[in-house]
This record gives sequence, C-alpha cells and structure tokens, in this order.
Amino acid sequence: MTDVTLLQLYCLSAPLVAVILIHTVGRVYPTLYETINAVVAVLTFVLVLYLYNGMNQAPVDSLVLFEPFPGVAIALKAEPLGLLFALMASFLWIVTSIYSYGYMRGHGEINLARFYTFFAIAISSAIGVALSANGFTLFLFYEALTLSTFPLVTHAGTEKAKRAGRIYLFLLLGTSVGMLLFALIWTWMITGTLDFREGGVFDSNVGQTTLNILLALYVFGIGKAALMPFHRWLPTAMVAPTPVSALLHAVAVVKAGVFAILKVCIYIFGIDLLQQLAVHRVLAYVAAFTIVATAVIALRKDNLKARLAYSTVGQLSYIVLGALVANAAGVIGGGMHMLMHGFGKITLFFGAGAILVATHKTEVSQMRGIGRRMPVTMTAFFIGCIAIIGAPPTGGMWSKWYLLLGTAHTSEWMLLTALVIGSLLSGAYLLPIVVRAFYLPEDNEQTTKVKEAPKTIVIAMIISASGCVILFFAPDFAFDLMDRIAGSE
Amino acid sequence: MLTFHLSALQVVIPLLAAPICVIFRHPRVSWFIALAVGVLCAANSVAILNQVRTSGEIIYALGGWAAPWGIEYRIDSANAFVLLIISFIYLIGIIYAREGTKLEIAVERRSWLYTAWILCFTGLSGITISGDVFNVFVFLEISSLSTYVLISFGKDKRCLTAALRYLIMGTIAATFYLIGIGFLYALTGTLNMADLAQRLPELSSQNTVAVAFGFIVMGLAIKMALFPLHAWLPNAYTYAPNAVTAFLSGTATKAAVYVFIRLVLVIFPDDYFSGLTSTHAIVLAVGIVGAVVTSAIAIFQDNLKRLFAWSSIGQVGYIAVGIGLASSAGIAASFLHLFNHALMKTAIFMAIGGLFVVTGSTTTAALKNAGRRMPWTMAAILIGGLSLIGVPFTTGFISKWYLVSASLEQNYWWLAGLILLGSLVTAAYVWKLVELAYFRQDPNEEIVRQEAPLSMLIPTWILVIANIYFGINAQFTGSSATLAANAILGISP
Repeated sequence: MTDVTLLQLYCLSAPLVAVILIHTVGRVYPTLYETINAVVAVLTFVLVLYLYNGMNQAPVDSLVLFEPFPGVAIALKAEPLGLLFALMASFLWIVTSIYSYGYMRGHGEINLARFYTFFAIAISSAIGVALSANGFTLFLFYEALTLSTFPLVTHAGTEKAKRAGRIYLFLLLGTSVGMLLFALIWTWMITGTLDFREGGVFDSNVGQTTLNILLALYVFGIGKAALMPFHRWLPTAMVAPTPVSALLHAVAVVKAGVFAILKVCIYIFGIDLLQQLAVHRVLAYVAAFTIVATAVIALRKDNLKARLAYSTVGQLSYIVLGALVANAAGVIGGGMHMLMHGFGKITLFFGAGAILVATHKTEVSQMRGIGRRMPVTMTAFFIGCIAIIGAPPTGGMWSKWYLLLGTAHTSEWMLLTALVIGSLLSGAYLLPIVVRAFYLPEDNEQTTKVKEAPKTIVIAMIISASGCVILFFAPDFAFDLMDRIAGSE
Repeated sequence: MLTFHLSALQVVIPLLAAPICVIFRHPRVSWFIALAVGVLCAANSVAILNQVRTSGEIIYALGGWAAPWGIEYRIDSANAFVLLIISFIYLIGIIYAREGTKLEIAVERRSWLYTAWILCFTGLSGITISGDVFNVFVFLEISSLSTYVLISFGKDKRCLTAALRYLIMGTIAATFYLIGIGFLYALTGTLNMADLAQRLPELSSQNTVAVAFGFIVMGLAIKMALFPLHAWLPNAYTYAPNAVTAFLSGTATKAAVYVFIRLVLVIFPDDYFSGLTSTHAIVLAVGIVGAVVTSAIAIFQDNLKRLFAWSSIGQVGYIAVGIGLASSAGIAASFLHLFNHALMKTAIFMAIGGLFVVTGSTTTAALKNAGRRMPWTMAAILIGGLSLIGVPFTTGFISKWYLVSASLEQNYWWLAGLILLGSLVTAAYVWKLVELAYFRQDPNEEIVRQEAPLSMLIPTWILVIANIYFGINAQFTGSSATLAANAILGISP
C-alpha cells in the first residue's frame, strides 16, 4: 500500500486529533481550544494538499477500511471533485478557527469543548464524504455529518434551538433515510455495486421508469442540497452560532449535499444517461424554481442570517442545476461554484457574525451606517457580495459563466432566464446591505468612531475575501480538477 | 469424548446447576454458580458453532436412543447462531446482575432469583437446540414458568399481576402449541422435527394439518409477542427487575422467533392458503404494521422500560417481516436482526437499570439532564437508540439494509418504504429522550454528577461496543445469518 493511499485515511482522521487534544490539553488550558483547532486545521489542509499532489501524479488506489458485509465496503478513493471539496473545506476550516476565537469568546459562548469536538467530527465527516469511493461510504459519512452537526445547531440549548434541531433532523434524516437510503439500496440491488464509476453503474437493460424514479429519489433524498421543498432546515439552522453557520452551513454541510448530487449524477448515472432521462429536466426546473423563489424570499427577510440562508439555498440550486443540465459545462460550473460560493458565503456569514459581536445587531434595517464603524468588515462583506452575484473581480464570475454556458447548451430558455433573474435578485438583496452600511447615516449619530469586530474576526474575513479575489485571477487549479471529470465524459 | 456431548452439555450444565444453587442459599455463591454456568455455556455455544461450521449439522440422540422414538438434538447453522446469542446475553446479564439486582431484590431471595434465572436459560437453550417438537414444548414450559417467577421478583407490586397475565397468556400459548403438535402426532406418529418435515407434505391436504398449523402459529406468535398478540410484554418488561428485563429482552422473544421460523418455514410444507391470505403474507403484514404502530405507541410512553418494551415489540415485527418474505435474503435479515436487536435492547435496558440505581426511577423524567449527570449511562442509551433508528455505524443500520434489500428483491417497494418509515417513527421517540437528557430545561438547575456503578457500566458498554463493532464489520454476523437462512431453506446445513 503506497503512502498516498494511506494518506487518504490520514486526511480523514486528522480532524479527530483535535478531539483528542481538546479533551486532554484543553482540559488544562481551555483558552487553547481555538489554537488546537487552527493547528489541526493546518495539519489537515497540508495532508489534503499532499493528497492532491499525489493524485496529480498518479491515480490513487481505493483504500478499503471495512467491509461490513459482502459486496459493500467502506472505502476511500481520492478523485478530482472530492479533492476540490476537501481542499476547500480544510482551508476554510483554518480560517474559521481563526474567526471562532474572536466570535466565541467575544460573544460569550459556553460549552466550548463540546462545540469544538463536534465541529472537528463534522469536518472529518465532510472529508469522509469528499473522499468516499462508493455510495455506501458517502451515505455513512453524510449521516455522520447530520448527526455531528446537530449538537452544533442546538448549541444554545434554548427552546428555540431545540425546535430548530428537531426540524433540522426531521428534514435531513427524513430525506436521507426515506429517500436516499432507499435509492442506494435499490441501486445496489439492480447493479450489485455502489462504486462510483466513470460513466455510471447502470447497465443498458435497466428500465427508464426505474431510472427516472431513482434519480428523483437521489436528488430529493440528498436533503443537504436544500432543494425545495426540503430546504427549510437551512434557514432553521441559523439559530446556531455564526462559525457553525459559516463553515458548516455555507461550506461543509451544504457542499456535501451538492457534492453528493454531483457525484450521483456523474458517477452513478453518468452524464450521458442523465440526458436520456425525462425526469432530469423536471428536476432542473425544480432547481430553477428554487433559485428564483429563494431569491424573492431573501429579498423580504430582514434578519441578516435568514437572508443569507435563503441566498445559500438558492445558490445551491445553481449547482444542482449545473449537475442536472447534464453537460460538461454545467458540471464544470457546478464544481467551480461549489468553491466560489464557499468562499463568498463564508465571508458573508463571517460579516454577519462580526456585526453581531461588535454591535449586537441582527436585522438589516438596523445596519445603517455600519460601514463607517466597521470599514474593514464591510469591505470584505462587499467583496463577498460580489462573489455571490458573480461579478468580476471575484472568482464567482467564472462559475456563473460556466453555469450560464451549460444552461444555454440545453436550449431551455426558461432555465437560462431563471439563472439570470437569480443573479440579478441576488444583487438586489445583497447590495442594499452594503449601500446602507456605507452611505446611510447611522441611527444614533453619536460618534462614528471606528470600532471593528475583534481582531481575529477581521483577519479571518480579510483572508476569505482575499480568497474570493485571488480565485478570480487564479482559478486554474479548480478548472483543472473539474476538467478532468467533465472531460472524461 | 466431551466434544461429542457438547449439545447435551448445553442443557445439562444449567439443569444440574439450578438445584445446586438452591442448596447453597448464599447469594454470592448462587451468583457465582450462575456465572460459572454462563461461562461454560457460552464457551460451549462457541464450540458448537465451530463444530457446525466445520463438520455440518450436529445430530445428537439423547441417551443414545435414536430418533424417531428417542429425543434428538439437531443443531445446524440456524440454531447454533441463536444459541450463541442466548448464551452470551445470559453471560453478560449475569455479570450485570451482581450489582444490578441489589436495589430491587432482597438478599435472602437472591438465590431463588439465580435459580430461576438458570432454569430459564436451560429452557431457552433447550428450545433452541431441540429437534423434537414435544421436547421443545417441555423446554418452553421450563423457560416460561421460570420467567413468570423472574418477573415476580420485581419491586413494584404490579409485577405480580404482570407475571400472572404473562402466565395466563403464556399458558394459553403453550397449550395451543401442545394441541397443535398433538394433532401432528396423531396424524404422523412422530414428534421428531426432521421426520415431520418428511411426512407432512403427503398429508398436507388433510384439514387436521391446517388446524395444527393454525394452533402452532398462534401459540408461537403469542410467545414471540407478535403484534397484536403482544399484550403480555409491556407490563412484563416494565415491572420485572431491571436485570431480568435486560436478560429477557435479549433472549426470550429470540428463542420463540427461532421456533416460529423452524416450524413455519421448515416443518410445514409450502405455504398454507395462497395469495393475500397466505400465512407468509399475514405474518409480513402483521409484522410491518406492528413495527410502525408500536413504534408510534412508544412515543407516548412515560416509563422508559415500557417505552422500550413497545420498541421491542416493534423490532419483533421487523423480524416477522423477514420471515414473511420467506426468501433467503429475508430470513437472513431476520436472523441478523435477532442478533443485532439482542445487542441493542439488552444494552439499553442495562443502562436503564443503571439509571434506576442512581435516581431510583425509570420514568422519562429521570432522564432530565442525564447527559451531564451520568454521561456514560446516557451515551449507552443514545447509541442503543441510534441503533434502533438504524443510523450508520451501528448494527441497526446493517439490519435495515438487509431487510430493505430483501423487500426490494421481491419488488415490494411499499414495504421498503414502510420499513424506512418505521425508522423515522423510532427516531421520534429516541429523540424525545435525547432532548430530555442533553438539553437543559432550567439554566439555574444544579447538576450533580453521579454515574451508575462501574460493574453495571462495564457489561452495558461491552454490548454497546459490540453494537458498534458489528455495525462496522458485519462479516461474521452477516455470513452467520446467511448460513442460518440457508440452513432453514434446506440449501445447506
């Protein structure tokens, strides 16, 4: 077994080192939690980089961890899309650790050991999803992600948090157990395998009806992609502390969802098969509807995190649409958007948390003139907005471009319109926040002294915002990864 | 020489140990005898399984008298697997019982408890390995009578009425079974299972066989607490001593399920009545309805033991679904779930016993803040609950996978959907407990940390870790279950 193969296991288990450290070193020095987190995050990112490197040199062998029963294995296999996800998640974990220090301490949060423990487990599960070699492993880590993020969502322990937790679990477990598991077992029964294979796993003799139903079960069953009508868990999960909303619900959890959809579309069905299935167009329209509907809902939300949550739901549907239009450009766009949206949204959520910690404000209508008080934060926020809208000089432009291209290829002008409207509306619900912040006078005009959020929060925001811009100029590594997948079709 | 008599030893050892237990009335000695029985019989069951795997079916004529006149013990892959489960749950139950019965059972009565316990184990082992239908009845009665006694050791006086109710229903069940095999004997002149399996197909047109079948199915269905014949179980589990409940939940219904499978699927010829009213269809329907309905009933229970008793009835329903499918995959799923459920449920009831020792109550209210007060105990209940739901990395997931695959194999989409629906209903009552235990109701409430005794936690956690282990690596359990199914279907021993 080569080093690179084993490296996959190390990437998966690296975040768990944080768990051990938190409960040993952290017991003695509780102020070190975030430092432990950041160090382990860097370690994880470095390991993932090595894996990326290894994968670029030669295809990585699959690593079988366990074989629960004959024919079904828990196995890891690094492939381009997975690496893209893993790189993004592990890098942004570093940034979130830096952010958390300022936020959790600044906001007076308690139960930090529990928080960071489950955070690390969640990241590990996300990497497990990224590196999974077959649908079974994906499902295992997908469920682990749901369960490990539950304590994070309900961290506050209030009645509201409890209720949110129930909805969260009900929707995520309900869709995954009721539909995704069903689809996976059905697939296994038909084909005898759940391996992710280029060109899909289905033979030509599987009936069209079966395949159509399966696709629908998969797409709706992957509830983390927040396709309507199973999207409500995402706005409800905003009751969690902001680092959770930022990393998990803008980066790890939701991206695990759309990643799963991409994997299913590319490796279980295959792009060519997808094009032949009637239901893929129906589902594409559901995605398009979600894009527009959530954008409209976001316009009407005053609570900043709620607005961002609905924005996320919409943006996720962009990626789902990219997968479902069943062509190379769409797939590339989907994968790229996974990356670009991750950076952009995390910046926005960081901003929401920064504002909360510095000024205790949660509603957009309260945020007049904040730009003068927190210029760096709001500038970074602005860059995040641009990334989500998909305009230069942020990387979001590239992903939007490819998504538009992919949709245009289908000649479904309604889908194209939905995409364009979605982008315009995202400007409509994001830019006013920035305009308000910089151009309107503050409510209580005492002194517009510059009083930024805690330092680490600002540093984290600068890093993620810079990432958005850097990705505009240097998106090649991501293109390269996505090309390898799309090009193999 | 010894290895030849392994199967007999499985029953003889506990049978001889029971009166010795009574002779020495000292509680520690009784416990020790019970423990010794457990160790010996567990080792024995492993040896038996090994022997069956290597040399095929064990056919042992008791006393050297050959069948069909003599009583025969027949052990193939199916009952070797069930025997393994019962023996190990017994062993762990006894280890737990040392501390676990202290609060509920007075010192002077403990030797009686262990005697009854050993006898119950004798009965259950005998049921599992016997190849003679009347012998099964005898052991069935031994285990039932000792179970009634075990239940009546409970602290709450309602245990007496619970035991009485179980006694009445259990006796009716055993009588039905007896009537059934009586008819069979009258018709065929034999009580040997293998012999019956050979002779019955020719006689299957006779009404007597159908009537016998009906009686036997009803009798065994009561014994295994198949919905809607489950009425004895909730009270029996609730009011019995905690250690006894833990033991019973992992063994009593399992042995009954095994006999049910053996009789319904092996001895009797092909399905009685066809189409929708066929026995298989009825068992399947009753199983899945029971699974969903009883899980829903569990949501509204206030007493933890009663809650998980209803949960047990539901899980037996899942096993019945596997039996109703009557395919290799379906029966394998049943056997697998037999094993997995024993692990899950026994661990949960043991943890509840721990909760009782600390708080003095087994109501859901006792779970308040249990996540902080007794993290290990609560974690055991949590993992057991997750396993019941069928969360990956636990045995429950493997069971669900097998069961859903078996349903889909026969194109019963609706059944697969209902099985998964049952999981979600289970999630509802498990989550109710999780919220109580881990979410603080009153922020000012002081939380004192007090964990259950270590000697109770260790057996509980052995089972919990086994649960997770077999949830990740189900090679042994999966292959054993498949072999068991093949043995039942006559494909291989």
